[in-house]
Amino acid sequence: MGYDALRVFSVFSPESWIHMVTRDRILTCLAAAGFLVFLWYADSNFSEYSIRILNNIAIFIVVAVSYNLINGITGQFSLQPNAFLAVGAYTAAILTLTPEEKLRSFILEPLIWPLSDISLSFPVSLLAAGVVTALVAFLLAVPVFRVRGDYLAIVTLGFGEVLQVIANNLVPVTNGPLGLKGLTPYTNLWWSWGICILTIFCTVRLVNSSYGRAMKAIREDETAAQAMGIDAFRTKTLAFVFSAFFEGIAGGLLAHLITTISPSLFTFMLTFNLLIMIVIGGLGSTTGAVIGAALITWGGEVLRFVEEPISLFGYYYEGIPGMRMVIFSALLIFVMLFARSGIMGRNEFSWQSLIDLVNKVVGRLRGGA
Amino acid sequence: MKIPLLNAEKLSVVFGGLSALNGLDFQIPVGEIVGLIGPNGAGKTTAFNAITGIAKVTRGRVLFEGRDITGWPTSKVARTGIARTFQNIRLYEDLTVIENVMVASHTSVRYSPVEAILGIGRVYADERRIRHRAESLLETMGLIDTAGDKAGSLPYGSQRKLEVARALALEPALLLLDEPVAGMNPRETIEFGALLRKIRKDLNLTIGLIEHDMGFVMDICTRIRVIDHGIPIAWGTPKEIQNDPKVIAAYLGEG
Repeated sequence: MGYDALRVFSVFSPESWIHMVTRDRILTCLAAAGFLVFLWYADSNFSEYSIRILNNIAIFIVVAVSYNLINGITGQFSLQPNAFLAVGAYTAAILTLTPEEKLRSFILEPLIWPLSDISLSFPVSLLAAGVVTALVAFLLAVPVFRVRGDYLAIVTLGFGEVLQVIANNLVPVTNGPLGLKGLTPYTNLWWSWGICILTIFCTVRLVNSSYGRAMKAIREDETAAQAMGIDAFRTKTLAFVFSAFFEGIAGGLLAHLITTISPSLFTFMLTFNLLIMIVIGGLGSTTGAVIGAALITWGGEVLRFVEEPISLFGYYYEGIPGMRMVIFSALLIFVMLFARSGIMGRNEFSWQSLIDLVNKVVGRLRGGA
Repeated sequence: MKIPLLNAEKLSVVFGGLSALNGLDFQIPVGEIVGLIGPNGAGKTTAFNAITGIAKVTRGRVLFEGRDITGWPTSKVARTGIARTFQNIRLYEDLTVIENVMVASHTSVRYSPVEAILGIGRVYADERRIRHRAESLLETMGLIDTAGDKAGSLPYGSQRKLEVARALALEPALLLLDEPVAGMNPRETIEFGALLRKIRKDLNLTIGLIEHDMGFVMDICTRIRVIDHGIPIAWGTPKEIQNDPKVIAAYLGEG
């Protein structure tokens, strides 16, 4: 009887392209409505811990999708998202804190004027975080895209390290190693998932445009792309600035979720985690980035037990802090060796492929019965 | 005398002490099909690379439509009206056949990235125009049935044709073909020659080509430049070239 429920799909059986578009629109609207109901239910019924995980997943999807644009779609292996997240987080945090809070926080040296007197609303601060990060990316693009391949990775890695040093030492702006504390927890499910969906929407639109095709052409063969009139520098910069904008916003969301930020939060490990997400999801696939981010963020919580003491069949395991990273690293090595294309490869989600998959599974179940 | 569409004057390319091209004079008059031939390692591909900004010109200059384009970046050369194909086929293998062609229309896109994201302005009109143009080019090259396939999955001969379709999407004034019929069988070669003539006439193109298949070259080219070891040795009509003792010596390895 379970099969009959699936007949629903055949109502929209594709007679023509127009029908398919209509069918896909209806399915998308249904899925969106279903998701809204889920969020609304989660918001009032889930535990604080579960909501925190859901927020984390949304924020990491934002970053993974943006990071994938430059690493997977444009094929420029770079290692700077931890730096862009930091820029966004600090920008948004400094802007939302009230002057009194700033006076209390900056005990080593006071925050420089005019930042000390500014206090903006959360949405405006998020937008500012995006814009400032995009601006930083734009300035960085000039030196960064003079090099290719491994050198690009090294230069962007270096940028992340430089930014750490700046965050630790530019005390009148960042409050140094003390970081910023007591931020208002503005980030809720609506903000994080709203921005998550906005990011996916914008990225997909860009990737499916001529600019997206130009980015992929650069990934496939940069010289051949240039021989077809594509300005590689401009196209890479576009991808870089675009992804920085959303990574900056994600930084702002993250800051107002955990309410305390310090330079040590934005180490290279953060970038490494993101790299695992987009590689496992499938480098070059936006769908893959979403799946990878959700899987790794959620998996990180599920795997917490490996870092805690366990007693099993009389054998006592003490629990090793950092064990999760070992598991993730092993997973990354496994994927690199045996499943380089990750979960999605370079394929994207479509309703048709989902329906085909369901039909296949149903067919197999029937065949087996 | 008419100004040639492309005029390479005393073009030299030196790679770390090795002279790959030495004082090449090479003209492509408007509307003609000019062949660039020579034994292996003669510097033919280097000449095309120098013209399109892929290889750095050491001495000499390249004039296109009377304008000095020496040292221009590759993408700018392409936008000014010179499209090319590659000897060692360089398609965007993981993109579909039609996407490969559509990429070359990127320079004609009039919408901004912001318009693309918001889905406003000329986005839909432009995308429709680019797709139609790509479809008609694939139709011309006989590749329309494979439009949705990955470019890397095409057979060799089709990949060569796809490179031509992609180059044509740039709407160039000059088309440079680097060994367009290499790897094709005799029948495919004859068909390709006929196709090339038709395209040249329909699109009002000027063509420069490198090729080792002498039958093809002599049949299709209106003029031929012969080089050997980076040095130009002969220039003339196919008939003149066939009877030139210097050319015969270079090919047969005399003297």
